Amino acid sequence: MIWNSPAEFFAMGGYALYVWGSYAVAAACMAIEPVLAVRHHLRARRALAAGGER
Amino acid sequence: MTTSFRIFQFAAPARFYRLAGTLVPWFWAAFAAFAAIGLYIGLFRAPTDATQGDAYRIIFIHVPAAWMSMVLYVVMAFWAAIGWAFNARLASMVARAVAPTGAMFTFLALWTGALWGKPAWGTWWVWDARLTSELIMLFLYAGYLALVSAIDDPRRADRAGALIAVVGSVNVPIIYFSVKWWNTLHQGATVTLTNAPKMASSMLVAMLLLTLAFWAYAFAVVFTRAQAIILERDRHAQWTADAARDTGPAGNAPAIPT
Repeated sequence: MIWNSPAEFFAMGGYALYVWGSYAVAAACMAIEPVLAVRHHLRARRALAAGGER
Repeated sequence: MTTSFRIFQFAAPARFYRLAGTLVPWFWAAFAAFAAIGLYIGLFRAPTDATQGDAYRIIFIHVPAAWMSMVLYVVMAFWAAIGWAFNARLASMVARAVAPTGAMFTFLALWTGALWGKPAWGTWWVWDARLTSELIMLFLYAGYLALVSAIDDPRRADRAGALIAVVGSVNVPIIYFSVKWWNTLHQGATVTLTNAPKMASSMLVAMLLLTLAFWAYAFAVVFTRAQAIILERDRHAQWTADAARDTGPAGNAPAIPT
């Protein structure tokens, strides 16, 4: 462990905005994209199960 | 049938659909494991950089995202070209499934690059060769996605998309070598296959673990999207109706036509 306190960890040596701004946006993108892909898959399955255009 | 030929059975959308459904949970498990260990080492174990302070920790997502953006472009162009040249429908569907994930990683590379550029160089953005060529790749992904969604006939859309994907692939080596060919603000490669890496080993390990995590993520999301595209494109085939009625978590098709 290189940090002495949680506050020091979150401060990131004064670069909190840049470091956490990067990690937060990456986390958001990589959380939203799988949800969209799974919903796409479920939508396709539901359309088929409903017997849509056959 | 020999083993070497058996691999081609996955060229049938029905078989690939089932294979993808089986593999996706494993890719998510790999992603979670690699990301957890990589982030732990990167954020709690790797030392503060002597010159850049803790701002350098952006590297653990910036470099893997930038690598994935280029790798996925090559993967997309490769399968689009295969789908075009050999009239292989599944290859074209995979190319379409790759594009949004590639675009997402390109955006992340640019976003984290801007947030790193500000503390390191004093500017969010410069029109230098590395940054500009990466931005062009984001436009190529967007152009591919817009083009394939704008054409109604799926196979015509696949061919048009393949053209833009293949022509645009000349941009990938330009991105990679831009820091050598031009005098850019962006630093040269920190890690290459031929030279010893110019960074502490804990930093390198964290970066490589997150690269593996991003690979696993890309497989999981691309395979899920490929499953959706296959069902939509094969909706007139009997096997898709059977697959849709199957409530198994992996969405396995119960009966595989031969």
